[in-house]
Amino acid sequence: MSLYAHKEANIRKTFLLFAVFLIVIIGIGWFFSKIYANPGILIFAVFFSVLMSFISYWYSDKIVLKISRAVPVKKENYRELYNIVENLSIAAGLPMPRVYLINEPALNAFATGRDEKRAVVAVTSGLLEKLDRSETEGVIAHELSHIGNRDMLVSTVAVVLVGFVALLSDFFLRSMFWGGLGGRDRDKGQAAGIMMIMGIALAILSPIAVTLIQLAISRSREFLADADGALLTRYPEGLASALQKISSDKTPLKAANKATNHLWFSSPSKGKVASWFMTHPPTEERIKRLREINL
Amino acid sequence: MATFIWYIILAVAVIVGWFVYAYNRLVTLKIRSSEALSDIDVQTKRRYDLIPNLVEAVKGYMQHERNVLENVTKARTEAMATTGTSLEREGKENFLSNTLKTLFAVAENYPDLKANANFLDLQRELADTENKIQAARRFYNANVRDLNTKIEVFPSKIVANIFRFEKIEFFKAVSAEEREPVKVQF
Repeated sequence: MSLYAHKEANIRKTFLLFAVFLIVIIGIGWFFSKIYANPGILIFAVFFSVLMSFISYWYSDKIVLKISRAVPVKKENYRELYNIVENLSIAAGLPMPRVYLINEPALNAFATGRDEKRAVVAVTSGLLEKLDRSETEGVIAHELSHIGNRDMLVSTVAVVLVGFVALLSDFFLRSMFWGGLGGRDRDKGQAAGIMMIMGIALAILSPIAVTLIQLAISRSREFLADADGALLTRYPEGLASALQKISSDKTPLKAANKATNHLWFSSPSKGKVASWFMTHPPTEERIKRLREINL
Repeated sequence: MATFIWYIILAVAVIVGWFVYAYNRLVTLKIRSSEALSDIDVQTKRRYDLIPNLVEAVKGYMQHERNVLENVTKARTEAMATTGTSLEREGKENFLSNTLKTLFAVAENYPDLKANANFLDLQRELADTENKIQAARRFYNANVRDLNTKIEVFPSKIVANIFRFEKIEFFKAVSAEEREPVKVQF
């Protein structure tokens, strides 16, 4: 198999994601500008969606790092982690990514950045404490494979675009609820009506948005990154035992939220509802496949 | 009749287009492999630079193990004197790795030396360089594997044969150690 066979496909997928986002937002804008006979709404929607697309392409990695409360690490203080990343990126033929740390006891990691030159690998401090070297290497190799395959471009851009739609739907559902309670005079009643329509529209949209994430970051991608990572370290058992440790550790990850769920090495949501909107394949399946790899 | 000619033109265009694509692909892979090969030199060079410092740091402590130190120095000189790519120097480089391993094993018997911060630092640096050499070789092997597969499989095999692309050699030592974790313990 060729190195990073999915790179081009992922770059195409990112632009498809932008296209869908633009069509959806401008479509909603057009719809409401027709209803209220006000072209301003459409202009606003066009302007707004283009702006959001720019932000998500140029700044989403910074936004992701910010909401995950990740801080850059210095080589002197985290020598072993730094060496692991350095050595594996040589083996992967990638430039050295920047290394970030999330100060949390939960065990997790993610990669972000729009291309390999601006890539970032972030790990939690819990992961560094509880995993041994070959396990950490397994996790880092998995993340580097995401970088090489450009998975992190799609998933990082998706965070902002989809997260934004989810946020809007939350906002409208909430204001619909309050608007419904306080709808006494006529003005307010009409406002509540607008809110209600938009709320319903967005309430329908946001599950579609979540599904979009799942399409973009399909589960097979995680298997692929596991396999590529195992090829880098030549030691699938390291990643397998890391997965085992991580799945048995129940410390919740505070830095994760709905929009960034799919970015993480191991799914941060561990409840029953999580399995309905699963962004990651089940850990047992991942471990099983890793142990079947014959190098 | 005219449409028939058009079909032929179309078929020829497709075949020529595919030839160009396959040829370019092979050239790209070949260039990538030789780049990966010269990247290894960066790491081996780093090791050459570190060794004199190590010898200097250890000399005072290891009075009775002169030959261990001499072996390291000799292996380094030999590896440096050998011309050619790092693939051709593989044997010498691996020999150098082994003399270093012996040196660090012997150093275990010298508690004073093991308490020396400078020595510990050099030991860590050299262990890391060893890991980096392995990593760089592994990347080279991955590229060569891609190229060799392209040369072997149909239909790119045809293009490879016409333009005489030849299969490239792997680093053997890497494959022997493939099953081990990347970690190298001196």
